[in-house]
Amino acid sequence: MSAIATTARAAAPASALASVATVTGRNLRRVVRVPTLIAFATVQPVLFVLLFTYAFGGAIQPPGAARYIDYLLPGLFVLAIGFGASQTGVAIADDLASGMIDRFRSLPIASAAVLAGRVAADAVRNLFVVALMIAVASAIGFRFHAGPAAVLAAVALAVAIGIAFSWLNLLLGLLVRNPESAGLAGIFPVVILVFTSSAMVPVATMPGWLQAFANVNPVTVWVDALRALCLGGPTATPVLQALAWIGALLLATIPAAILRYQHATA
Amino acid sequence: MTTKHRPPRAGGQPAIVAEGLTKRFGAVRALDGVDLELATGKVLALLGPNGAGKTTTVRILATLLAPDAGRARVAGFDVVSQAAAVRRLIGLSGQYAAVDAYLTGRENLRMIGRLYGLARQAARRRAEELLERFDLLDAAGRRAGSYSGGMRRRLDVAASLVAAPPVLFLDEPTTGLDPHGRIALWQLLGELTAQGTSLLLTTQYMEEADRLADAIVVIDKGRVVATGTADQLKARVGGNRLELHAPQGNDPSDLARALDGLGSGPPTVDAAAGRVVLPVDDGPALLPELATRLAASGLRVADLALRRPTLDDVFLALTGHPAPGTTRTDDVERDSPAEDGHRALASRGAP
Repeated sequence: MSAIATTARAAAPASALASVATVTGRNLRRVVRVPTLIAFATVQPVLFVLLFTYAFGGAIQPPGAARYIDYLLPGLFVLAIGFGASQTGVAIADDLASGMIDRFRSLPIASAAVLAGRVAADAVRNLFVVALMIAVASAIGFRFHAGPAAVLAAVALAVAIGIAFSWLNLLLGLLVRNPESAGLAGIFPVVILVFTSSAMVPVATMPGWLQAFANVNPVTVWVDALRALCLGGPTATPVLQALAWIGALLLATIPAAILRYQHATA
Repeated sequence: MTTKHRPPRAGGQPAIVAEGLTKRFGAVRALDGVDLELATGKVLALLGPNGAGKTTTVRILATLLAPDAGRARVAGFDVVSQAAAVRRLIGLSGQYAAVDAYLTGRENLRMIGRLYGLARQAARRRAEELLERFDLLDAAGRRAGSYSGGMRRRLDVAASLVAAPPVLFLDEPTTGLDPHGRIALWQLLGELTAQGTSLLLTTQYMEEADRLADAIVVIDKGRVVATGTADQLKARVGGNRLELHAPQGNDPSDLARALDGLGSGPPTVDAAAGRVVLPVDDGPALLPELATRLAASGLRVADLALRRPTLDDVFLALTGHPAPGTTRTDDVERDSPAEDGHRALASRGAP
């Protein structure tokens, strides 16, 4: 019984990085154990590639790409990552309701560690999702039309977009608090933004009023940058614009999410 | 009863001092000037019904909520301005069993250990010690989501002990435990405090406060209504209690009317339990008169007892309403959805 109280005092609090790593490990375990999360990371991206390619592929003649799948895949990256991120809002709302956040907040760790650990785990998952989609798409005819450096840059940009989505959904989950509502709050903007962007169809085919919105839609900016990196062509401007949107989102969501977390109780 | 009557620990400040804690949630005044003090190495029970402000008090002391007014220090550190220092010295087991359902029991404890800054090996060792001590070794490799309510609660309390914190907060720690589990936890908490851990626990159960606590703070509607040892609180209520049970189906109010004026105060009727309780100064001397009155009224009595006041009586005397939770609906491990629902509602009522 003396084991209970006499051992295990830590010499110093965990470093911020070690805390983030621990929370990341927790969330990665959940990704492979929670059925919904497994589906969001595997079934859904594969279905997106197959469904959109075979359902829309015959009807859409994309500019600047030989096959529809070459045009489509960068858009599907954003769709799959955006949908997957909704589960991050669900998870944080769930942690709030279950008292996990109370427990974490009573520990001597940096307040951003719990959120950053979630985002880091999402980034690992998104790396897997993007690789899986590339593999499935390649099996049905997708080809990169740019060099390996551009391909790596495309994957990195997709993961960076995912980081912005993760922070946005953390903030939404902490604001909405109810897990089911957090899921919807995360999915709705993605549906609206993806389908009013260049993700699936060329913006030029849309009615004029929608074009005006589609051209300033961040998803259009992101997909155009990913497309430039995958299909070749000038990349500097679209990539910089994409990074600017990511930076703006992070600037808006990270401080707000951390502030919200610091005052969150079950 | 190792937790009681220990010599005071030498030197040092109190483990917890709170002065005038006030907290509002919208129009609800959850705390309205709560003062309390916990001496180092002692056990303080915060006793009160749902919604009394127990959880809010614990959250403020554990740095999760800032009070609107008032101050509190834990182990000498201010809970608002020195929250980081406080967090290094406390363990918290909240009102919910906050464990990750998708991690195993072992993984849960290791994670908490790592977050407290334990090295990987130390976190592993600590997890095994606690799993053994809390009788969870057999289930250690299973996901916590598959645990019974009682096991989850034990894992949750174990998690609060990972860093061997000198100050421990347990919010209704035995809720959801079966009687065996409750007694085992009481014993373990007794050992912890015997080794110098200062413990603040909240409870709705008089029995628990009586059994564990060196001092009791009775709280109702955000205010402290009484402070003292269990004996002091009982003494404040004075005298003994004459308790009569009406036979099944009979209205205990009839008994109460027959007893009117007999005791040192008015009788109270618990219709649900079929019971009348009468405060009396000299119980035995009243028995002849009691027998006469019962014979004259023709009323029958199923059971009769003369006893010392319990904390239930104390609560009634101090707050004017009976303590809820005296019928322990959640004695058994919480497997039925109905009970879970009941508890969820009750918890929401007590922010």
